[in-house]
Amino acid sequence: MSTGFIFALTGAILFAAGVAGVVLIGHLLRRILAFNLMGSGAFLVLVGLAQRQDVVDPVPQAMVLTGIVVAVAATALALALVRKLHALTGQLELPDDVDA
Amino acid sequence: MKRYSLVVLVLSLASAFVFFLGRAMLELGPTAIDLRAPVAAHLAESGVTHPVTAVLLNYRGYDTLLEIAVLLLALLAILAVVGEAPASPTRAAHPVLQALGRLAVPLMVVVAVYLLWAGAFRPGGAFQAGAVLAAAAVLLHLVGLLPGWSKPRLGLRFGLAAGFALFLAVAAGLLTQGSLLQYPPAAAGVLILLIESGLTVSLALILAGLFLLLSREAEA
Amino acid sequence: MLEPLFDPLVWLILLPLAWATLAFVLGPGRGAWPAIAGLATQCWLAIELAQKVGAGGVTNHVVGGWGAPLGIDLAVDGLSAAMLLLTQAVALPLAIYARSYFKLNDPAGTWFWPLMGFLIAGLNALFVSADLFNLYVTLELVGLAAVGLVAAGGGAQQVAAALRYLFATLVGSGAYLLGVALIYGAYGTVSISTLLPLVTNDAPRLVWIAGGLMVSGLMLKTALFPFHFWLPPAHGGAPAPVSALLSALVVKASFYLILRLWLGPLQTVLPAFAWLLAMLGAAAIFWGSWQAIRAVKLKRLIAYSTVAQLGYLFLIFPMLAAHGALEAGVMQIFAHGLAKAGMFAAAGVLIKATGQDTVAGLAGSVERLPVTMFAFGLAGMTLMGLPPSSGFLAKWLIIEVALAQGHWIIAMVVLAGGLLAAVYVLRVLRQAFLLTPASATLTPVPRMLEWSAFALAAASVLLGLRGVELMRLLGAMA
Repeated sequence: MSTGFIFALTGAILFAAGVAGVVLIGHLLRRILAFNLMGSGAFLVLVGLAQRQDVVDPVPQAMVLTGIVVAVAATALALALVRKLHALTGQLELPDDVDA
Repeated sequence: MKRYSLVVLVLSLASAFVFFLGRAMLELGPTAIDLRAPVAAHLAESGVTHPVTAVLLNYRGYDTLLEIAVLLLALLAILAVVGEAPASPTRAAHPVLQALGRLAVPLMVVVAVYLLWAGAFRPGGAFQAGAVLAAAAVLLHLVGLLPGWSKPRLGLRFGLAAGFALFLAVAAGLLTQGSLLQYPPAAAGVLILLIESGLTVSLALILAGLFLLLSREAEA
Repeated sequence: MLEPLFDPLVWLILLPLAWATLAFVLGPGRGAWPAIAGLATQCWLAIELAQKVGAGGVTNHVVGGWGAPLGIDLAVDGLSAAMLLLTQAVALPLAIYARSYFKLNDPAGTWFWPLMGFLIAGLNALFVSADLFNLYVTLELVGLAAVGLVAAGGGAQQVAAALRYLFATLVGSGAYLLGVALIYGAYGTVSISTLLPLVTNDAPRLVWIAGGLMVSGLMLKTALFPFHFWLPPAHGGAPAPVSALLSALVVKASFYLILRLWLGPLQTVLPAFAWLLAMLGAAAIFWGSWQAIRAVKLKRLIAYSTVAQLGYLFLIFPMLAAHGALEAGVMQIFAHGLAKAGMFAAAGVLIKATGQDTVAGLAGSVERLPVTMFAFGLAGMTLMGLPPSSGFLAKWLIIEVALAQGHWIIAMVVLAGGLLAAVYVLRVLRQAFLLTPASATLTPVPRMLEWSAFALAAASVLLGLRGVELMRLLGAMA
């Protein structure tokens, strides 16, 4: 089992843990962390699986750099929304959705 | 316990997913396509010598163009969300922290310039340089030497957008070469350095903005 | 050679990026005119491109001159050209509408123009991309712009809706990204044209998992039942022009991507899931319609109707191999896109005029806002599928293909869905025909709002008469 493959497997575990976190956790800050865990998992799979023969491949590395920037942008927007929600309601969990 | 059974269900689904995914990954043979050869073969025409930078700014430069758009967009969305609120007053930190901050920032600027220049042939580049500059701004803010931002004025908006606009203009201008972002090999190095310099400034402002726009005191 | 310089395909991406950036630099609330001028040019470019594709088949643009798999290719076939046409055709009237809708200093409209520009750029880039990873970046561009538009200047309910939407869209694109990572791991490329023969030749189990992940993620982003939970608060709570953009275009983008994968690189893998998707689509039609019938708020009703109407799109998957199913799906995309944009725009007028957002408060609207109610009625006609609207054509095509294939159950679902749509549309119209309560006051609204809503709704009906041209365009497939 190569190093690249171990990275990919770790990535798969992180991704699954992240999705479980987003589904199960109500606290918004932790949910954002769970989303980041999920993203990192996908990045690890992308780089690790492509390098399972343990030879460096620059293409997935560049893709992951792009992906990280996108994840940073999404995280920043999520944090801004959570702060706004906290400022408006004092809550760090999503209120129930009502049609009234 | 409804909650408890949900947790068990989700965790067992996640474990099953990892199990099947891991097994399927082990079955893989060698890939049909290997991009390392073409990446290396065209490195001389790409204008840079570091393969990851060549992929980022030349072969797949279009991804990077859209990525910068995403980052600018996130800042914009945050501006739209937080609305207008007065910037929080800066709280002066301990004089020792301030002195250290004053000392660290020039060094960080030097590191940023080095990273920008190094990107052509070793790990580094506009994003890393911009991140270090943004960190310098955050550091100044935390020690009370730089106020948070309320709403960006014309000059700042120009600075935030300039890197992306420059990248977009170069991409469009290169249509004369036959297609979007088709660098002529002779000028590729200079053009990439030009784009990266513009991006460094704008990325630094955007990343600093992501922090400084949110650092305001929460509205009562 | 100056031909590449004027390639409409590239300018459909560059132009909205340019006017979005310009609108941002111009500042808060500014940028309406660059946006409208840009969108008008884009309409022309999309028509040019559609004619080019209709005459000469698939058009390509090799970004950077490298060519796949090293570089990124852009490709436009009949399906992409149709989506581009719809996007520009819906966005231009909505931009004119939004200019009147957002008054000066409206906090929701402060950064509307640059956000809309990035949204349209993202959509156009998505419809022309032929690279799975590049598609991921465009998905995020669309998703973040949409979330920003929903949240802009809003109160707690709106921010909560935006957060719910953000998590859904991020998990969706995360699953898609993992799928892309697995595909790269399996084949060493993410270029759609390079992948097609490789996947058809040999698809290890990992590729099945990748296909499942990508489609699930995109289902979440398309709000297919039971993943629709985020859509009603987001589409129902946003300002009217934003709701219209989201319902008409944004959810269609992820659906388009499922279709693209289905017809393209994953055509040997995905059909295994066809009946599952069709069943969920049928469930979406019933559940969405039922919730629309019960909704208290007008925009909530329209948002649930979107959940239902998206269901029809998924009914075509079991029949996609047959002739005519794709045409039926695209006709439904057009019918719903135009009608729903018109309906949300009309709802925005009604809300501005009556000052509240409930169905019950619409009493007397017909005599006081006849143009708007007429627009609402026309859009409703398309949603119900009455002739000669494009909705009728779409549903008729689905039924025709279904019966030809012997899937009478799909035909039954379509017919039942039409009846349910009639119930919720007529519920609104009946209320509007009631006499005006004496106490009600009416705020005057700009004419431009009423007429741009009317134009969209009328287009959704009139398209039914010109469906043949659209079908012919779809003939130019990869």
